[in-house]
Amino acid sequence: MIYLDNSATTKPFPEVIESFTTVSQKYFGNPSSIHRIGMESEKLLIQAREQIAGLLEVKSNEVFFTSGGTEGNNTVLKGIARSYKSRGNHIITTTIEHDSIHKVMEQLEDDGFTISYVPVDEFGQVSIEDIIKNIRKETILVSIMHVNNEIGSIQPVEEIGKRLTNYPNIFFHVDGVQGIGKKAISINKANIDAYTISAHKFHGLKGNGVLYIKEGKRIEPLLAGGGQENTFRSGTENVAGAVATAKALRMQLQNQKEKLPTLKQLNVYLREELAMIEGISIHTPAAEKSVPHIVNFSIEGIKAEVFVHALEERDIYISTTSACSSKTNKISKTLLGIGVPEQLAESSFRISLSYENTIEEMESVIAAIKDIQEWLRGVMK
Amino acid sequence: MVERGNEVKYDRILIRYGELSTKGRNRKQFVDKLKRTIAKSLEGYPSVSIEAKRERMYVMLNGEKEEEISKVLKNIFGIQSFSPAVKLERDIEKVKAAALDIVSSLYKEGCTFKISARRADKEFELDTNEINQAIGGHLLKNISGLKVDVKNPDINVQIEVRTEAIYLSCENIPGAGGLPSGTSGKAMLMLSGGLDSPVAGYLSMKRGLEVEGVHFFSPPFTSERAKQKVIDISEKLASFNGHFVLHIVPFTTIQQLIHKQIPENYTMTATRRIMLRITDEIRRRKEALAIITGESLGQVASQTLESMYAINDVTNTPILRPLITTDKTEIIEWAKKIDTHDISIRPYEDCCTVFVPASPKTKPKKEKIQYYESFTDFEPLIEEAVNHIETIILKREEKKKETEIDSLF
Repeated sequence: MIYLDNSATTKPFPEVIESFTTVSQKYFGNPSSIHRIGMESEKLLIQAREQIAGLLEVKSNEVFFTSGGTEGNNTVLKGIARSYKSRGNHIITTTIEHDSIHKVMEQLEDDGFTISYVPVDEFGQVSIEDIIKNIRKETILVSIMHVNNEIGSIQPVEEIGKRLTNYPNIFFHVDGVQGIGKKAISINKANIDAYTISAHKFHGLKGNGVLYIKEGKRIEPLLAGGGQENTFRSGTENVAGAVATAKALRMQLQNQKEKLPTLKQLNVYLREELAMIEGISIHTPAAEKSVPHIVNFSIEGIKAEVFVHALEERDIYISTTSACSSKTNKISKTLLGIGVPEQLAESSFRISLSYENTIEEMESVIAAIKDIQEWLRGVMK
Repeated sequence: MVERGNEVKYDRILIRYGELSTKGRNRKQFVDKLKRTIAKSLEGYPSVSIEAKRERMYVMLNGEKEEEISKVLKNIFGIQSFSPAVKLERDIEKVKAAALDIVSSLYKEGCTFKISARRADKEFELDTNEINQAIGGHLLKNISGLKVDVKNPDINVQIEVRTEAIYLSCENIPGAGGLPSGTSGKAMLMLSGGLDSPVAGYLSMKRGLEVEGVHFFSPPFTSERAKQKVIDISEKLASFNGHFVLHIVPFTTIQQLIHKQIPENYTMTATRRIMLRITDEIRRRKEALAIITGESLGQVASQTLESMYAINDVTNTPILRPLITTDKTEIIEWAKKIDTHDISIRPYEDCCTVFVPASPKTKPKKEKIQYYESFTDFEPLIEEAVNHIETIILKREEKKKETEIDSLF
């Protein structure tokens, strides 16, 4: 199996699953229970929180466990809207956000908020000046993804954060779901108030995520109830998931430290080989503007779905566009946003790598793509 | 907007002493103690080396990360301030390049700067003014939007020309102040797990005391969690001197006996007196010279002047009460600053709260409590408790040993 759909989800590290099962069996207590069984779970939860805080270089009271990226993004956006609506009703975001931002923005528009969607250039990047120009006195929130899930473009969030220091009333949220473990970021230096990540994108488990909220910035919780997570996120804590997430994050950041150069080599190889194939155009911007683990490209005149299934027959798994929307046959707004013609955007693919992939796998993929393309050309003529 | 420069390659951290400079003949001893504390705190960074001089100390990074080392140094008492610095060849072009690297990495829109050059070596080809101009001009030319402000600069580029090299630094990071650990002797801290005692311990450590904690543990009346709380607090306190010693006293038997023998409204006073006697005995064995408490005048029943008079009766060892005149709000602020607040507010009972009688005497009489206690011989129990203390030595958090639990992470 050659699995190249790591931006949709990753295969959990075996060590992570091991931690999850051990904690689930041995430390099943509710951290809120006052007896020893509860206390042991609570200790694990505290340690998981501290480890994640250390890895993100933030304080442990700034780390909240969630069910994943969608919950994190919803919590921040809706929480800010509710907490600060008396201060203003204007929000700035980009045109290429993930749907867990985009759809929430649409909900907020129904609630009377005004949203400025800042467009991206041909490299899939927003301009810092465009963001700043859109600021009004009613602006309460700027929300920008660090790395785009479809084409891998990197947004200049650190620079934007620095500029936003001049606007202390504006809350700055970064959707870090695709960036974490791939592109370094300093939450503190970038002046980020909230930062969302999801464990299953870095070989953790589905249903686990982390939301960073800067100390002193309280926003209204999305989930009210028993008051867990310092009353910010009610619901009995998923201790095993939290421990597994802490471990996955540690391992992934270690990979980033050690294996990023190799990943970059795979990326260069893929791009060079793809570029030489007739009819293929690469949409992911050049190296310093994008992360190395995503390559988005189109094959002219070939139906994307057919191609994905043809690769599948050879046990190679890639994706059409963002997995969440790929079933609904919509044309990627990100690709249209960077100026890819509609027809080409319809036949776009995303290869997304993990640190586990090898150059041999890349060679097989390239060979398979060439092979299938030739075969399809014959069939479809 | 300028391009961010390369990550700054500081190779050392220059440390300025605080009050030490005024300590005359003790100075050498103080510098040695500070050096030892820093070395202990930096155990996790085996590459660093420390050069202690009369006026300053240098921590040579030898490849360790400046940010991580700075984080550790910020907590160490006896440091007035410190600056990450880089040692350069005596070549003005090299200084220009390094200054540009560092300033552009610190630069934010609208930032101002100044150059403060000093020549310890007057032989250098450029004089102070010429250095200022050469470097200042180079920065202005290369960072658009950067402005000079000699009075109140955001970035103060300090250039020190010495015979062996030129040193360049830009940041003056305030240290924790105070006196190095151990330069004022040793004292025992009565540590309950509440907000006050950790702050009292911190402030005592700041004045150069080596502090060991004493905690009273009464299972099943108090839970494992209450004990864990104190261990977690001790770990925070360990970050200031590199380690912290905690003595946990088994207190259940004594507490039960007190409740059997002493009238209810005097149990609190009796408990405190015996805790003090036990602490004093540990102090004697550990050769310490004082006992520290987190008492703040009038805060609770045991902290009225009458109570203190009745409790203090059991010893003439100096009792230090760093918080005696502070308000709760001030204490909370300190607790937040030293990062013990969130631990202290975890809602578990400790032995001070579980046995609090419905209406404790706020004005106990010394003679009365002496009389009530006279029917019971607590001495053998005190001896027994002290003989069975559990002593835990806590290291800086980063230096924890690998345990079974850790393999889960």
